[in-house]
Amino acid sequence: MWSWLNDQLLKMLWLKDFIQWFFRDVFGLVEDTLIYNSLTFFAYDVIKIFILLAILIFIASYIQSYFTPERTQRILGKLKGIWANVIGALLGTVTPFCSCSSIPIFIGFTKAGLPIGVTFSFLISSPLVDLASVLLLATIFGWKVALAYVVVGLVIAVIGGTLISLFHMEDQVASFVMERNTTQSIELEDNSFTLTTKERLKYAWQQVITIIRKVWLYILIGVGIGAFIHGFIPQSFIETLLGSKNPFSVLLATIVGIPMYADIFGTLPIAEALVLKGVSIGTVLAFMMAVTALSLPSIIMLHKVIKRKLLVTFISIVSIGIIVMGYVFNIFSYLLI
Amino acid sequence: MEIKVLGTGCANCKRLLGNVNECIDRLKIQANVIYVTDLIEISKTGILRTPGLMINGKIVSYGKVNTIEEITELISRI
Repeated sequence: MWSWLNDQLLKMLWLKDFIQWFFRDVFGLVEDTLIYNSLTFFAYDVIKIFILLAILIFIASYIQSYFTPERTQRILGKLKGIWANVIGALLGTVTPFCSCSSIPIFIGFTKAGLPIGVTFSFLISSPLVDLASVLLLATIFGWKVALAYVVVGLVIAVIGGTLISLFHMEDQVASFVMERNTTQSIELEDNSFTLTTKERLKYAWQQVITIIRKVWLYILIGVGIGAFIHGFIPQSFIETLLGSKNPFSVLLATIVGIPMYADIFGTLPIAEALVLKGVSIGTVLAFMMAVTALSLPSIIMLHKVIKRKLLVTFISIVSIGIIVMGYVFNIFSYLLI
Repeated sequence: MEIKVLGTGCANCKRLLGNVNECIDRLKIQANVIYVTDLIEISKTGILRTPGLMINGKIVSYGKVNTIEEITELISRI
């Protein structure tokens, strides 16, 4: 019963059957040819991801309407020590914000007097462990992988933030951020409690439209690359490059992923294709984490508010965390799949 | 009237700016629309989420791309 639900609702095998039937019987393509494999992968993935995305963003946004950054700031202000990092990392997973808000949030939190380590815990977990993307991960790789991904993402966020606190790098923040401006600061109303159910539903629906408008191109490109890998790149080539035979596979996947700017939704189809070609789960997750946690645009943005030493520390901690996670996952992958 | 759109240059901020301009055209009112991308300026307002919308020096909305109807409503309240 559970596996039927999982196969039909989450993995959408009915859709896969339909698409295979469509290309085989309506289009008359021969099964197991390159073009057939690529086309079915592309059509199935695009339709599946858009259906799932709409539903998942809706659910995630409804939950997220209770957790605004303003509320997060107040909650974190009351906590001390490692607990502030833990709660910061947890709230990062449910607080909605687009990547371009990360700098205003960093400035706002710091101005409000939060330790920078806590802010970094929040900033690391927020893009890494996004609610909707974790649900999507579960539909593709199963719940064990999704759960492991969440736990590891949170651990990296907590350790990263704690280390940054230990290094006492407050002097590494641009001076205008540290100035507490009393005259200008305004008491912003926090509507996370007062919204009605109808307003939350409206918000969730608006989020679906906003996010899909923002990511649809990345998804098409991601699925396109995935379909290309699926149909045209020989398994032996990928296995040599990224498979368990190459001890540097995780390192390679992370280094390639860091400068890339893509949405996690666009990365998933590539990850899916790589796993189908025999790449280990740890290598694939390392690639996904590297793409979402760090990117060239976000590094450039961050450099406007923090100085080089802290920036390098931040990038190093996150990269090392991802690489270690990747190797650990590869060792224990038999437990996950 | 002075309307400021606060944003770091992301797609959402640009869409809000477009909506504001469209709204002013429709209402046929005189307004000075300024697109603020300077981080220091934005951080001074205290908003945590962009895009922000400021009318005559007062934050009226933040963290969302207001529709043209919503902007009309916000302007009419001034």
